[in-house]
Amino acid sequence: MEKDLAVKTRTGVIDCDVHHAVPSMAALYPYLSERWRDYVKEHNIKSLEPNYYPRGNPLSARPGSEPSPGALPGSDLGLLQRQVLEPWSVQYAILHCLYGVQMIHNEDLAAQLAQAVNDWQVAEWLEKDSRLRASIVVPSQNPLRAAEEIHRVGKHPGFVQVLLLVRSEKPYGKRYYWPIYEAAEQYGLTVGIHAGGVTGYPIMPVGWPSHYIEDYVSHAQAFQSQLISLVSEGVFVKFPRLRVVMMESGFTWVPSLMWRFDKNWKGLRREIPWVDRLPSEVMRDHIRFTLQPLDEPPKPEILLKVIEQMGSDEMLLFSSDYPHWHYDEREEALPAGLPVDLERKILFENARAVYRF
Amino acid sequence: MSEVKVETKGSKRKTGLPFIDCDIHNEVPSPDALKPYLSQRWRQYMEMVGTRTYHGFAQHIPYPKGNAGGTRQDAWPPNGGIPGSDLNFMRKQLLDPLNMEIGILNCLYRVAEQLNDEFSAALARAVNDWQMEEWLDKEPRLRASIVIPYENAEFAVEEINRVASHPGFVQVLFLPRTREPLGRRRYWKIYEAAENHGLPIVIHFAGLGGNAITSHGFPSYYIEDHTTMAQAFQSQVISMVCEGVFERFPGLRVALLEGGFAWLPSLMWRLDQQWKRLHAEVPFLKRKPSEYIREHMRVTTQPMEEPPKLEYLLQVIEWLGSNEMLMFSTDYPHWDYDSPELAFPAKFPIELKKKIFYDNARAFYRFK
Repeated sequence: MEKDLAVKTRTGVIDCDVHHAVPSMAALYPYLSERWRDYVKEHNIKSLEPNYYPRGNPLSARPGSEPSPGALPGSDLGLLQRQVLEPWSVQYAILHCLYGVQMIHNEDLAAQLAQAVNDWQVAEWLEKDSRLRASIVVPSQNPLRAAEEIHRVGKHPGFVQVLLLVRSEKPYGKRYYWPIYEAAEQYGLTVGIHAGGVTGYPIMPVGWPSHYIEDYVSHAQAFQSQLISLVSEGVFVKFPRLRVVMMESGFTWVPSLMWRFDKNWKGLRREIPWVDRLPSEVMRDHIRFTLQPLDEPPKPEILLKVIEQMGSDEMLLFSSDYPHWHYDEREEALPAGLPVDLERKILFENARAVYRF
Repeated sequence: MSEVKVETKGSKRKTGLPFIDCDIHNEVPSPDALKPYLSQRWRQYMEMVGTRTYHGFAQHIPYPKGNAGGTRQDAWPPNGGIPGSDLNFMRKQLLDPLNMEIGILNCLYRVAEQLNDEFSAALARAVNDWQMEEWLDKEPRLRASIVIPYENAEFAVEEINRVASHPGFVQVLFLPRTREPLGRRRYWKIYEAAENHGLPIVIHFAGLGGNAITSHGFPSYYIEDHTTMAQAFQSQVISMVCEGVFERFPGLRVALLEGGFAWLPSLMWRLDQQWKRLHAEVPFLKRKPSEYIREHMRVTTQPMEEPPKLEYLLQVIEWLGSNEMLMFSTDYPHWDYDSPELAFPAKFPIELKKKIFYDNARAFYRFK
């Protein structure tokens, strides 16, 4: 009964990680110039669907999320409205299009496809449902061109974030990427880092694992090292208003990383003198995490303690991670036993603050 | 592993607890020190080509450490050698004042990272012979790791079989930055040999792998390389568990040295959670990943994570789901040394401290 009451008071839920899908390359044709439409056809590029979520894998798609047999989950607005926006009374849902633009070696093609995906997002999603927001897909192969794309579409009110994928060609703290942050900060956009990305380096610092489960679990380590890079390189000193949201990253590892990082900073800070306070403080001010997948501890009260150890109740943002299948019942998207205040923060207050809704 | 009763001995230290140090570094003073243990062919090779590993520097290393050698500044021995190279000085600075019962040496000489497998094997033989002669046979409080050319399992097994009967060798040493994840089949012969000899394997912190330390390349700073090393350890845990190493080698024991431990509960939860959804991919796993970890793996404490509150540290230890997993280590003579008197907050529960200082290591190593 108590739970029902809590659900009723949930108005204005903000779902910070929802995936829509480009149904096929043909769907992008209207948004490509003739030259690039020809290129895509001539080279027979039918799909840039990444293999991060193999079709037959139970993690990849909730039961019932295929719009029709063989169609990609997340490719149909109506179904997404019925399965995500309506059940949760969502005020805003932030869409992240995971399409393999960032993995293309030809950066001219990548830049064109990023433009096409963004124009497609505006026409097919943002302008059709006012509850939707989206991330700008950028050709991260070339940060200057990524910044150009941010300048091109950054003023559109539907775009609230710049999308980067956690596996990149270099650590994201490096100066090389700073034009992206400069542009994001200029338009008041967050930078969202999502699971997936380029595969030039093994996902593990010790080489390539055999199994999908290892790859998926290892994404948490990829996020950890990106976070270390962003803080160590002084990104948040240079861009003090920048906020980074880590999506599908897990978060129960955050306290342990804060402690290790703080301890090392005490011993080694002369190497990075621009980091003038504890890394954990920088993290609390600038980094946020989406909720799902919840690396759920065996008891709900442990999760509350983890959040206490993070030293901030403002770091977690609600996400369903639709259509990825992490939990069965809708109610399970939220951890059990959250105090009402914390639940409100996670469901919408923290997201409002970080996305400036 | 069963609990062991502790017989508390007198000690000069304040805590008065008996104490096993699971991580001390003995250093090869210079490549010349190994020459008496190398055949003519490899002495010649050493003089002609020398060390070639994954990076391109002759003298320098890609991530210069915070201070010279990455060691305690007071650990330079008076004989002018490098820290950790002088047994007498180690006795004076570490073994005697701490009244140490047993200390386990991990020699980090770059053996397995050599690009030439045969040279790697020759170096392993030389380092182990040097360890026996210069350390184990001279100091009964010390034990050591067998150094192996682990990127070539055939040579590694030969070396384990050659020296395993020496009572001073109590484990087989890996560094975390391997060419492939340690769960993969190419390493299994090594686990078989270790299991046959009743030796645990340990994975000890060390930089300079062939693979980048992150999934997105090389970071800029030593603080990143050092902080991120915990992720390399996490990868090895994921790999060994998910590849089914502990199903295949049920007697294998593994210790993670100097990789931290506060991340381990979170990793157990994540593995268990994903295993629920994806177990059909790894049907040879008969139990939850966390159960293999708890049963087969141990972790050393240094560098102790230092949360702002003691209660957080105790929570993390509780979440490991076992009070038998932590073993104390100093990491002498390195810069981030943990003192047995200072590493634990004063209010740390004494019973738990006894387990960490002594019981857990004694059970893991099956010390009498």
